[in-house]
Amino acid sequence: MKTGLAALLAALALLAGCGNNQPWHGKDISGLMPELAFELTGTNGQTVTASDSAGQLRLLYFGFTSCPDVCPDTLARLRVAINQLPEAKREQVEVLFVSVDPKRDTPERLASYVNFFGEHVTGLTGTEAQLRALSKRYRTTFGYDEPDENGNYNVSHSSAVYAFDHQGRARLLMRPDLSAQAISEDLARLSREHTGT
Amino acid sequence: MPDASALLPYDYSPLTILAFVLVLAGYGIALLRMAPDQQPGPVRIVAFTLGVLLCYGVMQTRFDYFSQYMFFVHRGQHLILHHLGPFLIALSNPLPIFRFWYRALGLANKPWLAPVAWLYRLLQQPVIAAVLFVGLIYFWLWPAVHFDAMLSRDLYWLMNWSMLLDGLLFWWLMFDPRSPAKTTALGYGKRILILALVALPQMILGAWIVFSRDMVYDVYEVCGRAWPLAPETDQLLGGLLTWIPPAMMSILGILILLRRAMHADTPRPHPGQPRSLVNGGAS
Repeated sequence: MKTGLAALLAALALLAGCGNNQPWHGKDISGLMPELAFELTGTNGQTVTASDSAGQLRLLYFGFTSCPDVCPDTLARLRVAINQLPEAKREQVEVLFVSVDPKRDTPERLASYVNFFGEHVTGLTGTEAQLRALSKRYRTTFGYDEPDENGNYNVSHSSAVYAFDHQGRARLLMRPDLSAQAISEDLARLSREHTGT
Repeated sequence: MPDASALLPYDYSPLTILAFVLVLAGYGIALLRMAPDQQPGPVRIVAFTLGVLLCYGVMQTRFDYFSQYMFFVHRGQHLILHHLGPFLIALSNPLPIFRFWYRALGLANKPWLAPVAWLYRLLQQPVIAAVLFVGLIYFWLWPAVHFDAMLSRDLYWLMNWSMLLDGLLFWWLMFDPRSPAKTTALGYGKRILILALVALPQMILGAWIVFSRDMVYDVYEVCGRAWPLAPETDQLLGGLLTWIPPAMMSILGILILLRRAMHADTPRPHPGQPRSLVNGGAS
């Protein structure tokens, strides 16, 4: 009886100490959103779907290349976060930068933009219908301001990064105030879950 | 810019459309088939249809898109689903329609109805109904819950339908046309008390949102707004919509009930025990 109780207590302590209960830095969205799926156009003009990067840890981010601050800032932070990972894990991470401004962001322009943020970033865009479908799937939206006299216009879009695990399940929503260190820790944890190390 | 596509659903929900079609068709068929002396008058028919169409409009048109990406539009959506729509539907007194279908479908003494009836009676206990009415508002506006509800399609639908169904239950309890003296319907005094009591926490919540310096609901910031409105303005408008109109609906409801109670109080030979209707058992 007494040993049984002790065993139970030990098991409880083990469960609590496993670290699975400690919160993520990002917002846990497990079960709230459908798994990753899309059909968009890559920087070579080819059709890209989610299965092209299957098995990778994917970070989905909506933006546009004329974006003044939040997009370059976020992409730079993601780059730092990924570079903090061990080399083997770095290769398993892919950032999907989806431009919601297909009028200005041609595949060529997108290619030179994403190259600036490192080799782990894939530039994607599509028809407005494709982009609307994807943003609706992840419960976000985008909109365009009226163009000024030079034809420049602002684009409103989601400011968060959606993290999908190796199985393509939506796991985390990373708000724009999350530091590179915090993002890196969450990515490492998602990766550990997969490899079991 | 008038655009017919704005009338199409943003997030097409076959179940929702089916439910609304069934309700409107059921109402229409009953109207055509029932005895003329039992038919509701034109004002009641218009009130019912308007209430139903308002609820449909905020759920299955472009309005729903703006509700998902603007906090204050979302508050407007809930104002209609939880207050204005059910208010009109309950006030239109669809009881003759219920009776018609009850008889037409032969629902009397159906054993499977017993749990439904039991659940209905439970939810219509005055304290439970009032707590549920306010509790649902607080629950879905709890920042963590609200965040999830706006991110998950399933939770979003659950939120809107729970608001609509609870709104219908609550306002039906308030405007049940059956006499409290002759039936088990809730007394007018208790109804008035409930309406006054539920207004208070709604006003507190609305005021809290209005006067919050921080962004309480940052999900609209994270997921992008439908148009570039300043977040503070959005939150302020949303708070006002949570604060003022529901309080006014409570006052309007109280006035309607007072008028009804006074009508019921004018001397008319009542069988059974004499009872003050204004105080309707709220002793």
